[in-house]
Amino acid sequence: MGDTPDRSANAGTGGPRVTIGHAGSAGAALSVDVPVTPADRAPDGAGRRGGGSGGGGTGLGGGGALPRRSAFGAERLFQSFTMAAGAMVLVIIVAIAIFLIAKAVPALNANTANFFTFEGWFPNEAQPRFGIGALAFGTVLTSVLALLLAVPVALGIALYLSHYAPRRVGTALGFLVDLLAAVPSVVFGLWGRDFFYGPVQEFSVWLNKYFGWIPIFGGEGPFGRSILLGSLVLAIMVLPIITSLSREVFRQTPTANEEAALALGATKWEMIRTAVLPYGRPGVIGATMLGLGRALGETIALAMTLGIVSSISFNIIENGGNTVAANIANAFGEANDTGRGALIASGLVLFSITLIVNITARAIIYRRREFTESAA
Amino acid sequence: MAKRIDATSVTAYYGSFKAIEDINLTVEPKTVTALIGPSGCGKSTFLRTINRMHEVLPGARVDGKLTIDDQNIYERDVDVTAVRRMIGMVFQRPNPFPTMSIFDNVVAGLRLNGVRRKSVLEDAAERALRSANLWDEVKDRLGKPGAGLSGGQQQRLCIARTIAVEPQVVLMDEPCSALDPISTLAIEDLMFKLKDRYTIIIVTHNMQQAARVSDRTAFFSIEQTGDPGRLIEYDDTQKIFSNPNVKKTEDYITGRFG
Repeated sequence: MGDTPDRSANAGTGGPRVTIGHAGSAGAALSVDVPVTPADRAPDGAGRRGGGSGGGGTGLGGGGALPRRSAFGAERLFQSFTMAAGAMVLVIIVAIAIFLIAKAVPALNANTANFFTFEGWFPNEAQPRFGIGALAFGTVLTSVLALLLAVPVALGIALYLSHYAPRRVGTALGFLVDLLAAVPSVVFGLWGRDFFYGPVQEFSVWLNKYFGWIPIFGGEGPFGRSILLGSLVLAIMVLPIITSLSREVFRQTPTANEEAALALGATKWEMIRTAVLPYGRPGVIGATMLGLGRALGETIALAMTLGIVSSISFNIIENGGNTVAANIANAFGEANDTGRGALIASGLVLFSITLIVNITARAIIYRRREFTESAA
Repeated sequence: MAKRIDATSVTAYYGSFKAIEDINLTVEPKTVTALIGPSGCGKSTFLRTINRMHEVLPGARVDGKLTIDDQNIYERDVDVTAVRRMIGMVFQRPNPFPTMSIFDNVVAGLRLNGVRRKSVLEDAAERALRSANLWDEVKDRLGKPGAGLSGGQQQRLCIARTIAVEPQVVLMDEPCSALDPISTLAIEDLMFKLKDRYTIIIVTHNMQQAARVSDRTAFFSIEQTGDPGRLIEYDDTQKIFSNPNVKKTEDYITGRFG
């Protein structure tokens, strides 16, 4: 460092990190170019700057007196801008929360049934009765089922793309996976309802016939527009997110670690288990949580594929199932004032579920931070 | 334990680029052999052909014959993983598995071999760490991450991991180039100690190091960039550093080029 005058100027203003060297040189140039009058500088506490006469104009390399720091420049402007942007997030969240609570509370007060235990959604009647239990249950059940179906497949695709596929195949397949993420959810909903419904229904009948003794596959039918159909469609929808994020973290596994495993006599799969999967673990958890977030909030595809029955049942093949978001989509049109308040209240519950999921995910990652941080 | 290595006209390619050509060299058991030469002369490539790590890179391949006690490791039906279990490798930069504890790092190779018994693993870990001169420094924190150690300790951890599986040969690819002089000394001491049990081949850029630690020295060089690396001279270390047969070796040793 610092064999030329140019570089030493960067090092002085930009700190030791090479990456911010450009910012440093820009700052230095500014402080020379912008004429700074003594009056401008005065309010900022002259004591900090010490003595020294005005900007020398002897070039970046130094020589002569050092130019003074500008009191108002791009640095300050940018700092305030980023701070304002940060504060904005807080303001928006608080504003939304206030609005939601203000709308939800009157509806909850009008509710003549228990909001948490009542199975059903009749907020528009003279005696409004509605409960979140079945909806929250359906939301969590479809999402968890979707993840159980999607994660193993997604990890398989991600590993294939990052470690097995020939480069050209990998690129093409990766592009297709990303394309899947770009399909609007209403299209998935239509596809699930009008096409995928058929095979799933036949499969459900088959499951019921041979595995009906297992409660989740029991019942007398009708089958098809079930939790299973919703979860399968949901699984396909969250697959691309989990796949592409996992692929990225698997790709970033240090070659040194992969070679260490191979040099110990690991086969390819053993190498992946020893070096790649542990390294990618936090990333995979993060990807799964993002997928779960999407699954929990998914609205229209589930509104179109589920049976829309607000009851708590572990049966996954019979017509039925409903989720918070799907219920909002289906019920909002004919909702009166109390009805809308009730839906907003259900939205708040969905928000809390998502929050709990996120906190749990962070806790999992945090518990292993000693290992993951040194990995970074 | 230790085995003799015999390379016969070994040639290695990266795609269409020929990195080393026609290397013939015999390494006696329980010796330290140093591979020296200017950058890009193929000494690391040659080292990686000895445990078939060269072919890990896409497009890389090897011609010729390399025998370990008369068993050609490039025979068609040879299990690559068995070769690598027999021939351990320590890399240029310390590369402990970042998500694993010190203990798990040391026994990683044993676990890959299917060893599950806790007592066996604990004994092996202690033995390997003692051999690597690291036991006293880490015995109280075996459950801590291996990546939390200093660079020199990490490299000794990697050596412990390598020798925990009791290989026949230990390959070292510039094991001290990322370390400070004190850690380097610790590793060099370790090599003396390991020589009793293992055949060691070390690639180094540091000629003093080669002179200090090795019994035999092989000098590699290239004519110019793009040419394959060749073995110029291979002899006792003392001979190479005092009275080499080839002018080019002498020029390199005395710092006239490279």
